[in-house]
Amino acid sequence: MTTLAPTEQSSEKQITHKSEHGDYRLLGLITFLVADGMTFAGFFAAYLTFKAANPLLPDAIYELELPLPTLNTFLLLVSSATFHRAGQALKLDKTKLCRRWLLLTASLGIAFLVSQMVEYFTLPFGLTDNLYASTFYALTGFHGLHVTLGAIMILIVWWQARSPDGRVTSKNNFPLEAAELYWHFVDGIWVILFIILYLL
Amino acid sequence: MTITVPQTNKQPSEKLQPTGWLRYLSFSLDHKVIGIQYLICGFIFYLIGGALASAIRIELTSPVSDFMARDVYNQVLTLHGTIMIFLWIVPVVNGAFGNYLIPFYVGARDMAFPRLNAVAFWLIPPAGLMLITSYFINGAAQSGWTAYPPLSITTPAAGQIIWIISVLLLGGSSIFGGINFIVTILKLRRPGLQLMQLPMYCWAMLGTSILVVLSTPVLAGTLILLSFDIVAHTGFFNPALGGNVIVYQHLFWFYSHPAVYIMVLPAFGLVSEILPVHCRKPLFGYTTMVYSIMAIVVLGLVVWAHHMFTSGTPPWMRLFFTIATSFIAVPTGIKFFNWVATLWGGRISLNSAVLFSCGFIINFVLGGITGIALAQVPFDIHVHDTYFVVAHFHYVVYGGSVFVIFSSIYHWYPKFTGKMLNENLGRFHFLITFIGFNLCFGPQHWLGMNGMPRRVAEYDPQFTFVNQLSSVGALLMALSTLPFLWNIFQSALKGPIAGDNPWQGLTPEWLTSSPPPVENWKGEAPLVSKPYGYGVNKEESTMESVDDAQGDNNS
Repeated sequence: MTTLAPTEQSSEKQITHKSEHGDYRLLGLITFLVADGMTFAGFFAAYLTFKAANPLLPDAIYELELPLPTLNTFLLLVSSATFHRAGQALKLDKTKLCRRWLLLTASLGIAFLVSQMVEYFTLPFGLTDNLYASTFYALTGFHGLHVTLGAIMILIVWWQARSPDGRVTSKNNFPLEAAELYWHFVDGIWVILFIILYLL
Repeated sequence: MTITVPQTNKQPSEKLQPTGWLRYLSFSLDHKVIGIQYLICGFIFYLIGGALASAIRIELTSPVSDFMARDVYNQVLTLHGTIMIFLWIVPVVNGAFGNYLIPFYVGARDMAFPRLNAVAFWLIPPAGLMLITSYFINGAAQSGWTAYPPLSITTPAAGQIIWIISVLLLGGSSIFGGINFIVTILKLRRPGLQLMQLPMYCWAMLGTSILVVLSTPVLAGTLILLSFDIVAHTGFFNPALGGNVIVYQHLFWFYSHPAVYIMVLPAFGLVSEILPVHCRKPLFGYTTMVYSIMAIVVLGLVVWAHHMFTSGTPPWMRLFFTIATSFIAVPTGIKFFNWVATLWGGRISLNSAVLFSCGFIINFVLGGITGIALAQVPFDIHVHDTYFVVAHFHYVVYGGSVFVIFSSIYHWYPKFTGKMLNENLGRFHFLITFIGFNLCFGPQHWLGMNGMPRRVAEYDPQFTFVNQLSSVGALLMALSTLPFLWNIFQSALKGPIAGDNPWQGLTPEWLTSSPPPVENWKGEAPLVSKPYGYGVNKEESTMESVDDAQGDNNS
């Protein structure tokens, strides 16, 4: 990404012009996450409006079971903490420890996805049954897509951190930082989703 | 992600890029090449969209549908709207001029994320091609650029799905561009350059990019839900399955009203760059201009439901959105008076760039006034979905944005190519565009007030004469492209050499060669603290390079 690498003048009289700018990839990512958050905001707004404007018939109402989604919330919150630990370990150059935490985080993410699948298969309604069912699957599915992408990213970072002079080191921890920020974002969205979809 | 480039004498971006005209077909990372790519690509789509508009006007010369079948008319109408908005105005006022000018204005050598920038551009041609080919394969989408359900759910699905994919790609391109502009303007400023010293176009692009980042994703989410309705037969927006069409309208206009500002705010910025140069006066009211832009950004996000006054909107909502919409007239009015005050008492050279800018001011005031009228519920209910809305909209986006695009091409062509355009041909181009435009869209106000509905191929015979008048205007507009194209090609080949700064401009892009070198400046980027210091002491106003001697050595 750093194509604005140093512009060095060939004439020996001149001092090297340091036109290289700082690393703003994280700010770019934050801006992107704001945009991504707006997609979810649109979905949430649609869901809440549907709920207010198109009430379901009494026989279509189904009370969602809480244990599994609560477990899911727990899995994701713990995974945020383990990811944080991975970042701390990398800063201290403890690569092995960092990779162990990363693997744990990815496993928690995958466990979330498996548990979500279990929930999908045990629910008594399908995608096209009614408006509520469609919105439920659209929201959780779109979030699940984010978790899937996040888990893949974590595994890539895990792979890239395998050697001390590889792509992810304490000096170049942007890939890890970016994936971590994204992961916290996805967790945050889940908490809102959990409250809106299951508790409200 | 980061590959540390070993420090060599050769500049890294030079090695990556082919030279000559071929670089315009390459995955170039140079912001200037990407800017021109946006411009040329956009203009090709403008010609296609214009041809479609001509087809519409030919059809409407007679009250019966004789030139094309009704469903073909719907497709042409949909393609015209989508192409003109998503493939011509949005990419050109943002992508083309933004990419070309913003790095100069902030004193950077490129955008913050050059690779993302190139990706953003290269999403556009495939999206556009897909959209146009859909017409020849299964028939294009028929539900207008708004794709309102249930129309978009009941019309043939293939075209509609292709339309959705295209718009999603274009939206993605737009978001990537927006992220890039925000980071570039906020973070890549040359050391010592304050935010309040930036040329106005930077502020316009900052505001626009905020709108892009906040509103485009909502449209993307909405269109994903719509595609579920079409493909998987869910019922989000299908009343037959318990869905709610009004929710679609809310979500759609949450993007598409800000989209109007995404099209017109950059145009405001460009006019603010062009007028001071050719009037030799500082831009009037810089600070108020900045605050007006930010006010428009904030207000622009909370006025969307004024498109839905006839959608069973509850009274409190009508009241709120009428008031919020009327408030937008205040910052817009401030900008209008500032432009007039910039012109006032200036030494105006009436060249093509200024003529198009003045044409913009006149047209935009007319479009703005009808906009205020449309924000009032009783009036809006009378003219909703009539040609009055068509006229208003075209006064804003054609009379506004497109006039500014032409003005900007006349203004920056010497910088782009190093050649001057033929001014007389340019003035002639302005004259027929201005007459043609007003002849085409002016009478449509009357048509709408008298009840001619929009988006229909047939109409009541009493409207025949006025429609023919409008079509004559459209013909003039179509013809006006010819002198322009001739001028562009002829001047590129045989035009007089422009020199670095033909207009004696003070903004940074004029302080380098024409066309500018890769990485913009041979030496250090100049610090331009007074981009509008016209008509004041020269020592105070021109570039103050931190180490002047060094800059001289390089040139």
